[in-house]
Amino acid sequence: MAEIIKRNKALSVSPLKTSQPIGASLAFLGLQKAMPMMHGSQGCTAFGKVFFVRHFREPIPLQTTAMDQVTTIMGADDSVVEGLKTISEKSKPAIIGVVTTGLSETQGTDIRQAVKLFRTNNPQFDHIKVVPVNTPDFLGCLETGFAAAIYAMIEHLVPEAEKAGTQAGQRPKQVNVLAGSALTPGDVEFLKETIESFGLRPVMIPDLSDSLDGHVVEEEYTPLTLGGLPVSEFDTLGCSKATIVVGRALYRAADLLQKRTGVEDYRFDTLMGMEAFDRLLMTLQTLSGTPVPDRYERQRTQLQDAMLDTHFMLGQARIAIAGDPDEVHGFIQLVQSMGAEVVTAVVPSHVHNGVLEALPIEQVKVGDLEDLELSAKEHNAQIVIGNSHAVDSAERLGVPILRASFPQYDFVGGFQRTWIGYKGTRQAYFDLANLMLSQHAQHEIKPYHALYSQKLDEMPEEFSHVLDPTSSANHHIRH
Amino acid sequence: MKAKDIAQLLDEPACEHNKKAKSGCAKPKPGATAGGCSFDGAQIALLPIADVAHIVHGPIACAGSSWDNRGTRSSGPTLYRLGMTTDLTENDIIMGRGEKRLFHAIKQAVETYSPSAVFIYNTCVPALIGDDIESVCKAAEKRWEVPVIPVDSAGFYGTKNLGNRIAGEAMVKYVVGTREPDPLPEAAANAPFKIHDVNLVGEYNIAGEFWHVLPLLDKLGLRVLCTLSGDARFHEVQTMHRAEATMMVCSKAMLNVARKLQETFGTPWFEGSFYGISDTSQALRDFARVINDPDLTERTERLIESEETRIRAALEPWRERLKGKRVLLYTGGVKSWSVVSALQDLGMVVVATGTKKSTEEDKARIRELMGEDAKMIEDGNPRALLNTFREQRADILIAGGRNMYTALKAKIPFLDINQEREFGYEGYEGMLELVRQLALTIESPIWPAVRQPAPWKQVAATAETEAAVAVA
Repeated sequence: MAEIIKRNKALSVSPLKTSQPIGASLAFLGLQKAMPMMHGSQGCTAFGKVFFVRHFREPIPLQTTAMDQVTTIMGADDSVVEGLKTISEKSKPAIIGVVTTGLSETQGTDIRQAVKLFRTNNPQFDHIKVVPVNTPDFLGCLETGFAAAIYAMIEHLVPEAEKAGTQAGQRPKQVNVLAGSALTPGDVEFLKETIESFGLRPVMIPDLSDSLDGHVVEEEYTPLTLGGLPVSEFDTLGCSKATIVVGRALYRAADLLQKRTGVEDYRFDTLMGMEAFDRLLMTLQTLSGTPVPDRYERQRTQLQDAMLDTHFMLGQARIAIAGDPDEVHGFIQLVQSMGAEVVTAVVPSHVHNGVLEALPIEQVKVGDLEDLELSAKEHNAQIVIGNSHAVDSAERLGVPILRASFPQYDFVGGFQRTWIGYKGTRQAYFDLANLMLSQHAQHEIKPYHALYSQKLDEMPEEFSHVLDPTSSANHHIRH
Repeated sequence: MKAKDIAQLLDEPACEHNKKAKSGCAKPKPGATAGGCSFDGAQIALLPIADVAHIVHGPIACAGSSWDNRGTRSSGPTLYRLGMTTDLTENDIIMGRGEKRLFHAIKQAVETYSPSAVFIYNTCVPALIGDDIESVCKAAEKRWEVPVIPVDSAGFYGTKNLGNRIAGEAMVKYVVGTREPDPLPEAAANAPFKIHDVNLVGEYNIAGEFWHVLPLLDKLGLRVLCTLSGDARFHEVQTMHRAEATMMVCSKAMLNVARKLQETFGTPWFEGSFYGISDTSQALRDFARVINDPDLTERTERLIESEETRIRAALEPWRERLKGKRVLLYTGGVKSWSVVSALQDLGMVVVATGTKKSTEEDKARIRELMGEDAKMIEDGNPRALLNTFREQRADILIAGGRNMYTALKAKIPFLDINQEREFGYEGYEGMLELVRQLALTIESPIWPAVRQPAPWKQVAATAETEAAVAVA
């Protein structure tokens, strides 16, 4: 049980938090032929775009209602209607996600009403789905924005079982997956392959592994997402055999999905670490009636071997972690199962789903990277796990960093790394162990120079002679 | 900020855009708008001032996705790289506690980081609920005895360009003229020539590129009182009013600063660029011309001659490799012509250039450089860019980072020319980096590989054709 230490500073220094609108947009970027549109000033979108482009190194579709002085004061909901119309005409998307911001929420936007108005005035665009979601940036963080968007997708796109005539298990091989924001496109891809290896058909909500995995396509240019979950799939979620939920942030959305469809769900806070993946495979075995394929047994033994090899380095290692709550939870499980100690855990925002309280550590701080740095220093942390912004913090602390989470702009391929499963867990242990090995000087015993020793050597001078050919050859000889 | 103040900033008499029927920048269209907001522009313009605590007053989205985002470099303090924000919460907004939080945030920044000054950037939400940041700044300045400068730059005021001007206006209004320049250092007092003080406005020292130029200014005896704002310090900005000349570097955005310095303090200004050999030389000549010191003119000519000879020799092997290569250039404003000349210096052919943000004067310059038939691209949507690229049989697209992944997805060579880039191209020396980067992408062996379909697809396609032939 962790004690939650609330924010106690007026100023946030080196912010850890990524805003809700970014999280919601990310969720929509996992849908096929999608365009998220932020309802705010054009800067909200421009910053979001740069944020994603630098992390994924991909073109990112993202639009704006471009609130200006007049619409900010007089009401900008007409801009929502106009924006929806423009995007529908120009880009012909399958779906538009309307994501609010602090500006439009403070102004008091009625986003649902605006979408209704668009619907009434533009029946020619009835085939284009529009999903509004309230995500002011003065609340929550990336994870909560992402979760709010998934909730809204289910609310607006998944029909009630009774009305649609769907029944759980109608498609006995189909499994819905609510894939949380802690999963990278690499994780989502791996999870899909795992489910497929049991002869099941996964429907990933959303499918970032199909849109933001970094792949080239034949068309030179599309203004929309390059892939992702086809919107038509939302109609079929009610026919699935089961739903797998990854990330506690999505449990609320899972409740709604279950209520709508009656499809039974299986919930996982994280899929990092051996235990969590054991449970997933057992679940898939039950759902499919297919025994766990041999390859996982092999991978599991490889992981066990890696645990044997790396427990020397990771046992009692002092680790500082910063990220969104579900990520932090996953990493804590991952490192604690190797006997490492999490001395510092920082999350950007308090979430009220019980995940923080349940963390198996003493304290979790709601704060920024300055908090991370101070606490890590106080507790002599040996490794930092965090995003690219935390690189500077780690540098000042003089400890190595394992990059994870959003954003990773100083590092290629971070967006695609697979953390989950036996293989992902094994690689994480290797990497963490290597980071410990890289600082072996820390625990080495300092040489002792005996008072009565006959030794005359002075190592540093000898080296300076070797390194500097201009110095006199006899320079290092003392007598 | 009041509507009339914004209108006044948009109405920049020294700006060529004003001479058209519509003044300033057009209203953004919902659902079809790209580019940053005024806060973005203000922050970009001032963030490089390295010893200042830059506090963004607003909820997280403004600072959260933008801090530490720029390629600008400092030769000293790194305070500017720390993101600072009041990170307003719902309660702050509902209960009206924003001003109080801001006041305490300033205290915290001053006590923890001892900045030379604190800049407060206002953003949409506090502007909408009416936080009086100017009063908070005044009170905090009095209380903590550190200059606290309000930059009223809510995103909904308008574009990035307007934000640049807001930033410039804040500097002129609150900072410039509040201190006299230091006496010249001893080494300079013994110089065999007269030292002249100058400013540079719109120079951001991206990737440290201004350090290619600064040694030349040293050689000529030009003391840079301040660059607004690359590698600047607060106490340098304070002295800008004493310069004998101001150079507007590659940007119309902060013209208001140059104009006001001229109106208030009589400092003459000129526009120039440090991209390319010809433009670098021209900029040095313009300093001498505006300062009007015959000795400086003569020394400038000598320096230009020796530098040009040196760099042309160094570039010769690269010229051979790049000569005749066709470039599609898409970048706004002044860069639309300044980079053209740099590329022409290398014997490259610029087949078209973007003119979305260019003025009539910029366009005239382009015609002068590229000929009357110069193809100008007004609408820079990615599809149009790619079409032009194909039509013109270009070898490389040079544009801002925003277009990088458009180019890469279309599998065409690309060079990033905007603020986020990691390489510096200014001055004579910068040309060497430019040619290296151009050759690196144009000559890369990856292009055929990334365009090639999988072999089994090729086999399938051949088989299909053969089958079709057999049936026929």
